Amino acid sequence: MITAVRKPLEEIMGFAAPYSRVLLLGCNECVTVCYAGGRKEVGILASALSMAFLKEGKKLDIVEQTLERQCDPEYVEEIAQTIDQYDAVFSMACGCGVQTVAGRYKDKPVFPMVNTMFMGASERQGVWAERCAGCGDCVLGRTGGVCPVARCSKRIFNGPCGGSTKGKCEIDPGVDCAWQLIWDRLKALGRTDLYSEIIPAKDWRSAKDGGPRRIVREDLLS
Amino acid sequence: MRAFEPIIVAFACEYCAYTAADMAGSLGMSYPPNVKIIRVPCTGKVDTLHLMRALQKGADGVLVAGCYLGDCHYKNGNLRAQQRVGYVSRLLDEIGIGGERVMMTFMSAGQGNVFAQVANEFTEKIRNLGPNPVKLGAGKAAA
Amino acid sequence: MKTTSNLEKVLAAGHFAATGEVGPPRGTDAEAVRKKAGHLVGKVDAVNITDNQTAMVRMSSWAASLIVKQMGLEPNYQMVCRDRNRLAMQSDILGAYALGLNTMLCLSGDHPRFGDHPMAANVHDIDSIQLVAMVRRMCDEGLFQGGAEISNPPKMFIGAAANPFGDPQELRVLRLAKKIAAGADFVQTQCIYDMKRFKEFMHQAHDMGLTEKCYILAGVTPLKSGGMAKYMATKVPGMTVPDEIVKRIAGAPKEAQAEEGIKLCVEQIAEMREIPGVAGIHLMAIEWEHRAPEILERAGLLPRPQV
Repeated sequence: MITAVRKPLEEIMGFAAPYSRVLLLGCNECVTVCYAGGRKEVGILASALSMAFLKEGKKLDIVEQTLERQCDPEYVEEIAQTIDQYDAVFSMACGCGVQTVAGRYKDKPVFPMVNTMFMGASERQGVWAERCAGCGDCVLGRTGGVCPVARCSKRIFNGPCGGSTKGKCEIDPGVDCAWQLIWDRLKALGRTDLYSEIIPAKDWRSAKDGGPRRIVREDLLS
Repeated sequence: MRAFEPIIVAFACEYCAYTAADMAGSLGMSYPPNVKIIRVPCTGKVDTLHLMRALQKGADGVLVAGCYLGDCHYKNGNLRAQQRVGYVSRLLDEIGIGGERVMMTFMSAGQGNVFAQVANEFTEKIRNLGPNPVKLGAGKAAA
Repeated sequence: MKTTSNLEKVLAAGHFAATGEVGPPRGTDAEAVRKKAGHLVGKVDAVNITDNQTAMVRMSSWAASLIVKQMGLEPNYQMVCRDRNRLAMQSDILGAYALGLNTMLCLSGDHPRFGDHPMAANVHDIDSIQLVAMVRRMCDEGLFQGGAEISNPPKMFIGAAANPFGDPQELRVLRLAKKIAAGADFVQTQCIYDMKRFKEFMHQAHDMGLTEKCYILAGVTPLKSGGMAKYMATKVPGMTVPDEIVKRIAGAPKEAQAEEGIKLCVEQIAEMREIPGVAGIHLMAIEWEHRAPEILERAGLLPRPQV
């Protein structure tokens, strides 16, 4: 999923300063699963923001709504009838959702309430960690199902570097060394032979270095 | 001018604190009438949002009273409640209305005296802190 | 002989090589480079010029290399993958070679988190093994990494680094093998204090025939004090310092610790010379360049062979 964390309240207060009525818009997808921008987080932020304003003797009308998916025009259309009632939209979706709303309602200010972090997986309740860098040319098949692009601090394709100690990365003892994980998996799979092949320099065009990316599926076009 | 009388909302677990409060009443141990008790099946049922809404709607302090850690009828509901109270406390600090307006406390069903004592102390603490700044601001915003 | 590198000549002639190291200054003072390198003129076969070591901005490696070159000392031009993409790397290599640099060392580079620009983009377009392969191809096939032809390709004596002590232990020699397969002519190791583990590493490398394909130079760093010994033992990622070494240096009287460190270093060099497959030493006298000649002298490595 795409993970996110709420922005500091102070930054959000700054966005809100010129307005008196805003739509606080959540998303039922990834940000709900990572407890950053779902229906409940919309309620908590509305409450916090409302109190923060009242404390200063000001009033901010906050209308709470949560869409099925903010990155999908079909669902973003749902607010077309009511959008004129608001001075601005405060989106709790990831950057994709914020931009879909901003792209559809061109004259309406839209602000992000969360910082979009990474594509990750849940390690346990309350902990998410980066797993995929979306580089467009997956190497997991030759690295034992552990990604060196997303999980090695130096995205080394032919690791490990000299800083791997007791399974941990030199940058932080809380970070696993991706190449230790890769090696452990290759051993478990009986495929240590894969290690001796040199993985050649990557073609980063499939990643964002080739410019903003699109997927076009002719078979699905309407 | 009348002394400030705070409104305290207490979420009380029915397996411990709620019974304790009942016992305090029947044994004649007094605790302040400021404390409005909301009976919950477990403090684990008390959501972050409930704590926030209570304060938003005018409570000056919020107490969450559950079983001792390890004694939860639902295993770890009280632990979850404790973590949420911690989160709300930090959020209240961020808002600037004081993280100490929310507190988690633990007791067993037989400790009517503990409930009375905690209720008294917490009410006194909030009385000293003064009214929830949100209420004062709301008056100004309406004016 | 593939290149004009002095280090290659010394190694190819079968001499036990000695290289040194100089970190460029955090400023524009060319004299600071000359002062440090001056201690090493005539004392080493090549001197490594570090590239933004520990992720701190310093005078560029190629510029400091040229200053050193003008002093009659052969620079080993270091290049890390952290700061440049493959375009910048290749153009720097062309420029460096055009100005007379012929020996280089390919490295990953310390993570920016450890330096003075932790907020910098951490490039890693290619990794150190891919860098070795890229330079090899530039030299041998006269092709850029992208496939186009180079007019007047460079001829570099290509080095890589190896750490015999990082984890996973089993991969240390296998990764060395990959660096050699990618085209490394010589390898310099991380500084060695744990001689037992280094011997195992070399033994394995020797058995795999790696020492036939590539010159391996063992890294040594003299310990200046008990404090430095403790620091190296506990604070440097991927470094092992046995307790008895920390005790030996820290246990000496304060004023005798430096001498004890030098004595240990000289003993280590003597021990390394006896290990099959060790083709030389790489002396990293960190901010202690002026003591390097004494160490080399006492280790019996002076005068350097003229080849």
